[in-house]
Amino acid sequence: MAIETITTTAECPDCLGALELKDVMQSEIVQCPECASELEVVSIDPLTLEPAPEEEEDWGE
Amino acid sequence: MRVGILYSRVRAEEKLLFQALEKRGLDFDLIDDRTLHFELSHSASAIERFSGYDIILERCINHSRAVASLRILNDWGILTVNTAEVAEVCGNKLHTSCALSVNGVPTPRTFTAFTPESAIEAIEEIGYPVVLKPAVGSWGRLLSKVNDRDSAEAILEHKEILGTYHHSIFYIQEFIHKPMRDLRSFVVGGDTICAIYRTSQHWITNTARGAHTENCPVTHDIDEISQAAAKAVGGGVLAIDLVEDEERGLLVLEVNYTMEFRNSIEPTGVDIPDRIVDYVVRLAEGEAPGTGAESPA
Repeated sequence: MAIETITTTAECPDCLGALELKDVMQSEIVQCPECASELEVVSIDPLTLEPAPEEEEDWGE
Repeated sequence: MRVGILYSRVRAEEKLLFQALEKRGLDFDLIDDRTLHFELSHSASAIERFSGYDIILERCINHSRAVASLRILNDWGILTVNTAEVAEVCGNKLHTSCALSVNGVPTPRTFTAFTPESAIEAIEEIGYPVVLKPAVGSWGRLLSKVNDRDSAEAILEHKEILGTYHHSIFYIQEFIHKPMRDLRSFVVGGDTICAIYRTSQHWITNTARGAHTENCPVTHDIDEISQAAAKAVGGGVLAIDLVEDEERGLLVLEVNYTMEFRNSIEPTGVDIPDRIVDYVVRLAEGEAPGTGAESPA
């Protein structure tokens, strides 16, 4: 499969700050530069950002 | 060849792996573990969704999801990197310690105990300071350096009362007075491809906690202990955390089976994602040493 990405600007759903997104893809985690919230790109068409899942106890490497 | 990537969230590592797959022109699909459900049977209809993959590269962020998915996939005869057995051993420090110990791989002195009272006995047999670690967990979270009996009693009580039950399976390890750094080596398919130093003023030297990384030349000793640790846990794609002890030399702290590597490419100059993809392809083509998961369903 070819990975679809998008380069665009967006608004943080938490603080309404501005994000510049470069070559992001679905499921990618980005961070708002203004409020530091972790956001997940749940869709790139249309671009939709949601708060990323909270870290869970068994997360890791 | 068709490769599946089982993942939870797309981090820098996953993007780099996707790019490495694309660079080779490989056909691959992304499998979001949040969308999965498995019928626990060996029926053709249950297996059908995954049977078209020559191999699945597991990159779940949840250890529990990784182990469950890999167990089912391997039972269906689907080749994975890493295997369920490797994930089960590496994802639990107690299991890792057992595997390393039984294979004679040097580690810090480690105990497990099931009550605060027996844990205190174990701690005092080692001598202060010790490190209490959750058996399952990563990124240096919930590590406690215990310097004296008062601290030990308080931390053990907190873990028993405030934690879920598995926090009462106490994992207690000798504190190594390391030189403000530890080492991480990367073993892919039995080769120690590179290593880094992780340096910090804090006793916890995880990069997730801000440690600085720099290249660490792979010496004979690093190669030897890294390969031994990788073999002990079942092999595959692994990151070995090592610590330097003044008297005993290198000791293995833990082995990571879904390793992060974004901070290790630049200092080492090694294209880690490409080496991983290379191994995945060779394993799927039968040209790399297997890891025991490819038994037919």
